[in-house]
Amino acid sequence: MATITLDNIKKSFGKTDVIHGVSIDIEDGEFIVIVGPSGCGKSTLLRMVAGLETITGGEVQIGGTRVNETEPMDRDIAMVFQNYALYPHMSVFDNMAYGLKIAKTPKSEIAERVAVAAKMLQLEPYLTRRPRELSGGQRQRVAMGRAIVRKPKAFLFDEPLSNLDAKLRVQMRLEIKALQRELGITALYVTHDQVEAMTLADRMIVMNAGVADQIGAPLEVYANPLTEFVAGFIGSPATNFLPAAALPGTPASAARVGIRPEHAWLSTEGEARLTGTAVYSEALGAETLVHLRLPDGEMFTIRQDGARAQPAEHQTCHVAWDTDQQMEFDEAGRRI
Amino acid sequence: MEKRVTFKGWLLPMLLLLPQVIITAVFFFYPAGQAVWQSLFIPDPFGLKSQFVGLGNFEFLLNDPFYRASFLTTAIFSTLVTLVSMGVALFLAVLADRLIKGSGAYRTLLIWPYAVAPAVAGVLWLFMFNTRVGVVSWYLGLLGYDWNHVLNGNEAMGLVVVASAWGRISYNFLFFLAGLQAIPRSVIEAAAIDGARFWTRFRTIVFPLLSPTTFFLLVVNIVYAFFETFGVIHTITSGGPQQSTTILVYKVFSDGFVGQDLGSSAAQSVILLFVVGLLTVVQFKYIERRVHY
Repeated sequence: MATITLDNIKKSFGKTDVIHGVSIDIEDGEFIVIVGPSGCGKSTLLRMVAGLETITGGEVQIGGTRVNETEPMDRDIAMVFQNYALYPHMSVFDNMAYGLKIAKTPKSEIAERVAVAAKMLQLEPYLTRRPRELSGGQRQRVAMGRAIVRKPKAFLFDEPLSNLDAKLRVQMRLEIKALQRELGITALYVTHDQVEAMTLADRMIVMNAGVADQIGAPLEVYANPLTEFVAGFIGSPATNFLPAAALPGTPASAARVGIRPEHAWLSTEGEARLTGTAVYSEALGAETLVHLRLPDGEMFTIRQDGARAQPAEHQTCHVAWDTDQQMEFDEAGRRI
Repeated sequence: MEKRVTFKGWLLPMLLLLPQVIITAVFFFYPAGQAVWQSLFIPDPFGLKSQFVGLGNFEFLLNDPFYRASFLTTAIFSTLVTLVSMGVALFLAVLADRLIKGSGAYRTLLIWPYAVAPAVAGVLWLFMFNTRVGVVSWYLGLLGYDWNHVLNGNEAMGLVVVASAWGRISYNFLFFLAGLQAIPRSVIEAAAIDGARFWTRFRTIVFPLLSPTTFFLLVVNIVYAFFETFGVIHTITSGGPQQSTTILVYKVFSDGFVGQDLGSSAAQSVILLFVVGLLTVVQFKYIERRVHY
């Protein structure tokens, strides 16, 4: 268990800068999720903390000690990989015991620790099996077990759930969260899935093209996105963006205005701020997503209660929202 | 479900199989059958007629100390060739696998020796180690070592081993490199994070995961050392000095075509066939079982 500090971390591959300086102080036992689209540098950032990538600039501290030059094996961290990276020629037991054997832990203690982890992860019946004889979810658990038994200073997760089917993903998400709470070990978790980010994180780092656009608690980020990118990335369905010029009453410095689908509603002509044509509706049961086409050809999505009436196709619809909830961004995409 | 292609008649499938069957029959079954047949006869000194002796040739061979010595020579030779060529190839492949810049050039240069025919490779090494004009033997002379593989059996063995292994390194290197690159990077990284340093990782993760490749190369290299090194031995030592580099396949040649004892030569090739067959069966039965994961 330890704190992790990233101080203006930078990474370049040759002349290409992929991470432009990320800083965060992670408290002991905190669950941090790094979220962003493909290629934003989130995995690279994690791998620098793990010691699998060299650090071009800045400093990484684990437990208050600079580890920039420390080899991965000396950082006392555990990592769960996207493809699990289990040792295919070893049994489940040996997979979990590998790190302990290298650390020359006494045999009895190894057996005990693996037994505890196996029980926690419901892996007890599979200890003698090889990874290829396990299902995806079980392999995922073995990878978790391998991380747990070492009692590391921190867990690093590199998109650990993206190879699982949707149902299993939700289940494992809960298990990971529960496990991390129970063990109280600092965790850094990389994902491109904003739902995972919202549900798991104590705080999240929203990455965009090598920059940490925003760092904060999930609900705070949702409610108060600092950039246009964050507003568009966090929240599902995605925020609608409109040119500010089309809306009367927006500040002069605003270039674009974001309105979350859940904040807009189909209204009467009188209170309407926008008018569009219904293209199609997606009824999900509890809620319905109504997609409209605006006169300028852009799409606009409204999320409404499933019990409310859906507009017919090609029907003209009026849209309204509370201006307090609209988000205004300047030319550079920064929140005003 | 596996989809099976079925033929209606038997004419077309037979026709399709025919080329392979003909090649196998002409180049394997016919000569092998001839060898078995000839091994039962002793030709007269003028080669005009031959006399049926049953297993007499085999009986004579197994009691012949020279033949038994040749077995031992072959065992030493093939073990050394296999170990040297695979060991060096693995070492180079591990280095190449870690290389990022210039790996293309490095690999290409390492593959070249494979294109050199064994006999040419033999001549090449013979020049370098020639007792009078050889570059290497001259330098060894400067160091005070009197190299003479023409007289010294151990030096002769060393030279044919090196010459045979050299061309083979490229081939083994290619397979080892492909094997290494097939190991997922994340598995190696996971081991590193688990605390394993390079050598531990190699011993506990890389080498075990490479074992199917290693096993395949083991079989192929032993067969190579048994048969295809003929050219190297013929050009460098001709089996000498005092038969110290006469491996089984070379003895087949020298007894049959130099000594003109076709019966004995045929019997030797039959024995050789069984030895290699047996080795391969043993390897597949006992070793292959352990290399799958």
